[in-house]
Amino acid sequence: MGILEVQNINKRFGGLQALGNVNLEVQEGSCHAIIGPNGAGKSTLLNVLVGKLIPDTGSVTFEEKNVLGRKPHEINQMGISRVFQTPEIFGDLTVMENMLIPCLARRDGSYSLKAFISIPSEKALNTEAEEMLDEVNMLEKRDMQASSLSRGDKRRLEMAMCLVQQPRLLLLDEPTAGMARADTNNTIELLKEIKDKRNITMAIIEHDMHVVFSLADRITVLAQGTPLVEDTPENIKGHPKVREAYLGEAQV
Amino acid sequence: MLGLNAKDARLYIIVLVMLIFAPFFLNPFPETSGLAQFNAGYPDMMQRLVIFGLFAVGFNILFGLTGYLSFGHAAFLGVGSYAGVWMFKLLTMNVLPALIVSTIAAGLFSLLIGYISLRRSGIYFSILTLAFAQMCYSLAYSVLTPITGGETGLQLALDDPRIIGTQQTAEGNIPVPHLFGLPMNSNTTLDLGAWSFTFSVGYYFAAVIFALAFYFTIRLFRSPFGLMLRAVKSNQSRMSYTGLNARPYTLAAFVISGMFAGLAGGLMVSMDPLAGAERMLWTASGEVVLMTILGGVGTLIGPILGAGVITYLEAIVSTINSTILHEWFSGLPDGLENFMVNILYPFVGKGWHLTLGLVFMTVVIFLPGGIVEGGRRIYGLFSRKRRQSDATPPNAAAQPGPGE
Repeated sequence: MGILEVQNINKRFGGLQALGNVNLEVQEGSCHAIIGPNGAGKSTLLNVLVGKLIPDTGSVTFEEKNVLGRKPHEINQMGISRVFQTPEIFGDLTVMENMLIPCLARRDGSYSLKAFISIPSEKALNTEAEEMLDEVNMLEKRDMQASSLSRGDKRRLEMAMCLVQQPRLLLLDEPTAGMARADTNNTIELLKEIKDKRNITMAIIEHDMHVVFSLADRITVLAQGTPLVEDTPENIKGHPKVREAYLGEAQV
Repeated sequence: MLGLNAKDARLYIIVLVMLIFAPFFLNPFPETSGLAQFNAGYPDMMQRLVIFGLFAVGFNILFGLTGYLSFGHAAFLGVGSYAGVWMFKLLTMNVLPALIVSTIAAGLFSLLIGYISLRRSGIYFSILTLAFAQMCYSLAYSVLTPITGGETGLQLALDDPRIIGTQQTAEGNIPVPHLFGLPMNSNTTLDLGAWSFTFSVGYYFAAVIFALAFYFTIRLFRSPFGLMLRAVKSNQSRMSYTGLNARPYTLAAFVISGMFAGLAGGLMVSMDPLAGAERMLWTASGEVVLMTILGGVGTLIGPILGAGVITYLEAIVSTINSTILHEWFSGLPDGLENFMVNILYPFVGKGWHLTLGLVFMTVVIFLPGGIVEGGRRIYGLFSRKRRQSDATPPNAAAQPGPGE
């Protein structure tokens, strides 16, 4: 029994079958990569998992609790965090404030009307946020406005915001898209560390095969909304169907 | 001090000093001089300044922090006013119960309107609140006449019950609003040479209420709750994927700002116990939006400055008439005098909105952050000059903090 179970998910957008009979099982503590050509339904699947989209049929369970039909903030409170393809952060706020928000969300739940406590007096939360910032090497940027950060820093900040919530499942949507090789390698190191030290289960969408093969324990290949194969990285590398799916894209 | 950081404490002390000494520095011109008409240190004017300041500070909690632009906040001001007058009619002329009931009534009313309007955001939210406010205005003006007094407004009468306290004074007059026997309209005048300063009970009472409300606002701005409200404005999608439900936050902000408006309405009728439907009109809602934007959206001091400028312009510019203009330019040759008067005339008296419009346009185009941004730029200019003249440059650059 995996930590995340996806069964028979179907989703149509008008005439387009975005997801057809998707089954997926993510084992606890593993890193599960989902790959496939553009338009294969990877992001749609992720949107279903975080509650942004409601599928037509099927079921999703996380730690044996039903996920479908819950609102995004309820799903997050269950222990699922998501890193977006383009970093979603609070651009108007400082880096430190960006970090405090997930800390507060974890401690106080989905809302709390504490209008008479000053933020500096929340010592434990401030320390926690600072430690996490230090871990991603961003502590010296704590007072910068988040929208003025470089793209790579925004990504690291978003990752830190997700990690400080101590999720049990981390969903990553192309965490290295548009990065230089050196930054990509840094991200790989960071993700490896997260996986080993914090024992967080990860589901990752990625185009960069270098990243996929450095991190993944299991790989699912999606094509046209349907899983083609699911196997270990070693077996996927030489799989004829996978080559076909990617080559097919190239011919189009 | 009082749980505020050094910067906020300094700001709060400045505001307190301004409130206490307002009768002095709002009356800078001697009574006998020609400039005396620019004095704003009379009780009615100072009360309006404080009350509209309170209204704008409350409005800024919603608009400045969450970014939800309500175009119907005057409705809550109106509800507060009516509730206050009804307390005067039914219970007592003491202002405290009236203020409490005004605030609660406006709070409940904003809970209802906010619950419905906050289902939408952006322009749809603004239109929904505008529609509600206009409905309230129309109802108050017609169908609800037994409660609101309709066209004539809600007035006190000699035969009101006033269960606690007197129905009428010994002379057979309607009693005035008071605070435990201290009448709101009583005042003392201090004559210093050519100057004359008026200290009124009503103004100082309103100033105390304002000071308490402003303290609450500073605390709110610096609290986790205030941080979440700014998060709503910044990125609602990230908020929900961080496990936070934005709705309770926005609704709470809406209700708090509605209660501020209700309190302002209650203070208005405490100074002058008469409530009319025109207080709920959309122009009144628009005015508080102008005040907040003019002063600086999302800043602590901005709405106060904006409310001050607009209230002052309204009161002073609208009293200038052509006779006064002719007096000003009487030194010029006849033709030139008439020319100047004709040019300026559309901007004064009933045309004061034209002046307001020009001021507003100038500020929004050249200082998108309002008067506060203007102040920051001037401050930055001075500190840069000082830095250049200093041999050792200070290591920390003055960065404007959020919500300063």
